[in-house]
Amino acid sequence: MTNYVGKRLLQLIPILIGLTFLVFTLLYIAPGDPAQRKLTAQGVAVSEQVLEQTREEMGLNRPFLVRYGDWLLGVLRGDFGASYKDGMPVLPKLMRCMGNTLVLAAGSLLLALVVSVPLGVLTAARRGGVIDRLVRLLTFVGNAMPNFLVSVLLMYYLCIQVNLFPVIAKGTVQGLFLPALALAIPMASRFIRQIRAEVLEELGKPYVAGALARGVAMRTVLVHDVLRNTLSGVLTIVGLSVGTLMGGSVVVETIFRWPGVGQLVMDAISARDFPVIQGFVLLMAVIYVVVNLLTDLSYRALDPRVELE
Amino acid sequence: MRKMQKRPPTRRARKTRVLVFLVLALLLMAVSLLAPYLAPNDPNATNAAAQNAAPGAAYPLGADRYGRCVLSRVLAGARTSIFSAVALVAVSGIVGSLLGVLCGYYGGVLDSVVMRLADILLAFPQMVLAIAVAGVLGGGLLNAMLALGVTSWTLYARLARSHTMACKAEPFIAAAKLSGCGDARILLCHILPNIAGPLIVNAATQLGTTMIGIAGLSFLGLGVVPPNAEWGSMINEARSYIQLAPWTVLAPAGATVLTVMIFNCLGDAVRDLADESGVA
Repeated sequence: MTNYVGKRLLQLIPILIGLTFLVFTLLYIAPGDPAQRKLTAQGVAVSEQVLEQTREEMGLNRPFLVRYGDWLLGVLRGDFGASYKDGMPVLPKLMRCMGNTLVLAAGSLLLALVVSVPLGVLTAARRGGVIDRLVRLLTFVGNAMPNFLVSVLLMYYLCIQVNLFPVIAKGTVQGLFLPALALAIPMASRFIRQIRAEVLEELGKPYVAGALARGVAMRTVLVHDVLRNTLSGVLTIVGLSVGTLMGGSVVVETIFRWPGVGQLVMDAISARDFPVIQGFVLLMAVIYVVVNLLTDLSYRALDPRVELE
Repeated sequence: MRKMQKRPPTRRARKTRVLVFLVLALLLMAVSLLAPYLAPNDPNATNAAAQNAAPGAAYPLGADRYGRCVLSRVLAGARTSIFSAVALVAVSGIVGSLLGVLCGYYGGVLDSVVMRLADILLAFPQMVLAIAVAGVLGGGLLNAMLALGVTSWTLYARLARSHTMACKAEPFIAAAKLSGCGDARILLCHILPNIAGPLIVNAATQLGTTMIGIAGLSFLGLGVVPPNAEWGSMINEARSYIQLAPWTVLAPAGATVLTVMIFNCLGDAVRDLADESGVA
């Protein structure tokens, strides 16, 4: 296992180098001159002299690869550059909002799992029954609903019509529920279908028929054997959904004004504050890579049948 | 337990299902193509007298805060929303597949470079990268499609590559070579038709997600620029007025959900058919 972990970590290095390179180039695909963009973001009147001075300060007159190297060294030390708008370092800015985003992500994952694990098992056990059909219909609609649509509809029905929740989230526990729900609904729709399929596959195995023939109750088989055996599958599903969750949280945070990194990046986009956008992508991508690795490793740790190549 | 032994649907039933959803999808495309003829009003014409007007004779689905006909805008938006998704899936599918076939067939430096690039791009969460790319490039439908396309080709490239490598080892490829076929002929006439199945299945299952992606970017203001109609941006424009005129949100919302459902069904049906015939 240790060897395997080491190998996977080594494999990460070229990916991370490529990833940082792409993130770095992101700043340079934008139309226009970075120095000019920085000055515009700060609201400074642009003259040729100021422009040249800013270019020198930003190191724009040096070769591209040298600048990349410099930037990468900075990133390794935790220096993601400074915001164009207020000159503040990007990483602390992101970190201040990161906590809120993590709370939202964890909350929505928890909500989705609490609903989908029991429903997934139930629909598989009662395949073809009324509950199965009803849930399938609901997940089918949920799967076709973009996050932003769920958010807008939830806001309309629960905040305005029924007046159950505050319209603006503001980072309180009470405000957490709706954005988490908006993220959880499409996610749960996917989870339920996948868990149902996993459980159905497990139910088709001979040991289940054997246990039932020996008179073990279906409920016991489901909880003790089937659920335990599908655990690693559930974990994979959760790991795979982290990427979607990150994208979705940008949308949902913007709608509910939840003060997370998603909202920060949308504000940065409208202010054309590119270093913040860059830092956001880098942070998200690194988290994503690490989560994927952890999912893969824990999958192997949980399920001894998986060979470690 | 008896129900678990339910017989799987026959091949004929699966084919019918694909056909039904294909017809529905084509119908949607036909409607969006014919939008200018079907729309009761000019989608961009404003009418101060009909601001937030409820659905009625003149405006079947009501009017928005500028007094624009919601039905006409939903129809006009269909064109953008549906065709941008279909075009993006088609272009990224073709580019990715061709790259994958070349990588799988020739191997070597090209293969390593393209596959490493794909690995790196897959290390980004797609929507996060798309938001950043579209945000940096600035709005516009083309930029939004580009932002999503940056990562979407990788799936096809990987699929095409692995299937090409398996196909390359088959005796009929050796036979084609011996009978004097050039590389281009082998790739296009022998390999591509044999590996097309899984690629088409992948494309079919991507349609719904792609539409959601484009609508999401437009909703964030990173896609279609107002006043052009697109479902995501219509929902964003109208959401602050949802109390006064819920139809301005519900109409494009319904259209989006319906279209994505049809696309998803088509994808599932195609996949089931392919699974059964052992193509994918």
